[in-house]
Amino acid sequence: MMTPRSLFFRKCINHLLSLFTFFSISVALGGMGWILYTVFVHGLPVLSWEFLTSPSKPYGEPGAGVGNALLGTLLMTLGATLLAVPPGLAGGVYLAEFGKHSSLASVLRFCANVLMGLPSILVGLFVYAVLVTNTGHFSGLAGTIALAVIMFPVILRTTEDMLLMVPDAMRESALALGMSRMRATLCIVARSARNGLATGILLSLARVSGETAPLLFTALFADTWPGGFFTEPTASAPVLITEYTTNSPFESMHAMGWGTALVIAAFVLLVNIVTRCFFYENRH
Amino acid sequence: MKTDIKISARNLNFYYGKHQALFDNNLDIYANKITAVIGPSGCGKSTHLRIYNRIFELYRNQKATGEVLLDGKNILSSDMDILKLRHRVGMIFQKPTPFPMSIADNVAYPLNLHYKLSRSEIADRVEAALRGASLWDEVKDKLKASGLALSGGQQQRLCIARALAAEPEVLLMDEPTSAIDPVATLRIEELVMELRKKYTIVIVTHNMQQASRISDRTAFFYKGRIVEVDETATIFTNPRHQQTEDYITGRFG
Repeated sequence: MMTPRSLFFRKCINHLLSLFTFFSISVALGGMGWILYTVFVHGLPVLSWEFLTSPSKPYGEPGAGVGNALLGTLLMTLGATLLAVPPGLAGGVYLAEFGKHSSLASVLRFCANVLMGLPSILVGLFVYAVLVTNTGHFSGLAGTIALAVIMFPVILRTTEDMLLMVPDAMRESALALGMSRMRATLCIVARSARNGLATGILLSLARVSGETAPLLFTALFADTWPGGFFTEPTASAPVLITEYTTNSPFESMHAMGWGTALVIAAFVLLVNIVTRCFFYENRH
Repeated sequence: MKTDIKISARNLNFYYGKHQALFDNNLDIYANKITAVIGPSGCGKSTHLRIYNRIFELYRNQKATGEVLLDGKNILSSDMDILKLRHRVGMIFQKPTPFPMSIADNVAYPLNLHYKLSRSEIADRVEAALRGASLWDEVKDKLKASGLALSGGQQQRLCIARALAAEPEVLLMDEPTSAIDPVATLRIEELVMELRKKYTIVIVTHNMQQASRISDRTAFFYKGRIVEVDETATIFTNPRHQQTEDYITGRFG
């Protein structure tokens, strides 16, 4: 005769664990909500057309804004994307389709993993040492390169993962029609993975748009529009936030820091939402 | 009655790394006939089929020795152009794999790959291929729709249309109906029997009724060896080997 387990006890455990998952998700969502709420409350009052379109100015001068920092961030982020995407995609294609288990591929994969785990401030220091000290000036270009170094391994590994998710049956049926290996990879396999590839690029773009540390040693900051992007210090939103909120004694500058934080948060949120709408839901 | 031999496998061995999967396979595939390849799981029937268009070369460590003669020329020799070979020998896989593009573009892809054609010629040939795969009536009003939006059976017929578009000589089918419902399976079987007029067909199948319904000749594989090859009627009514009889009567497999 088998002794039955208590049903009551089993149901209790079920409810307990359900409660725990609910609690955990509340903590995560609550935390995010709190952050957004705080940024919103502090940042919203300073938002205005003038705030978004005027350049930053030294304390006390009227008509100051953060337009130059926003434009600088936009330029550096897009520039970094242009620099990092081609080698990232090409490297990912190599790892997933051609290198696979070869020793070169293993070394490349290992390096990319190390690069991804590298504190971003080290990347800033590296670019400072090889570019800024040698050219003798901070510049938006140096910041762009630092951001590109951070983006590259992320795009490389996402590309590899996304291509590996395409079933081998797709490769085989492309090759079976008489396509060359490269054509099958670029026209059929990459096309099957295009949503995942676009998602990876956009999410890494959103991530580096908020990077501060690598810009402190490279782009630095300037109260001017980024006209001298390639040769002069260039403003960016994350560095402005750091400077205004931690290195300034003035309330009005703190507020401007919060306003910029709100713009950046909104931008990152927007990129994520757009990515989700356009590239997740289309999957069959 | 004299029959032409389209493909002839001679002393074919196959290795996955150090593991030998096929042993001295000898098999003649007759032109414009349907040859069914049957046998229990893991007996090497798919492995054998996948040598005919050298698709196994996608994977490291897979190696074939021996000869496969296509119209008398060894396809395993290094001077056989692999792209040309795959143009002549098309393949249909177990799971339908429409490319992520429109129905029309799926069928037009191999046409553009192998030929220089005008737009109107492409459109004509896409229609002909879709008719050939008896899919035209179902998709003629939505040629621009994604191939992935079709049902499983329709997707498989789309893949057949795609394989037929560039006019191969041989069609290899690797369990083409195993992922498809019974009604769609019947449609594909009818289609395959129709296609025999123009193409030489080799079909691997788990389904013995299917083999007996549609094929002219049947090869029975067991543990990497070809036990028996004969007219399908003979194999199913009067096999020479005990193993064949045990398998087709469902005593193992």
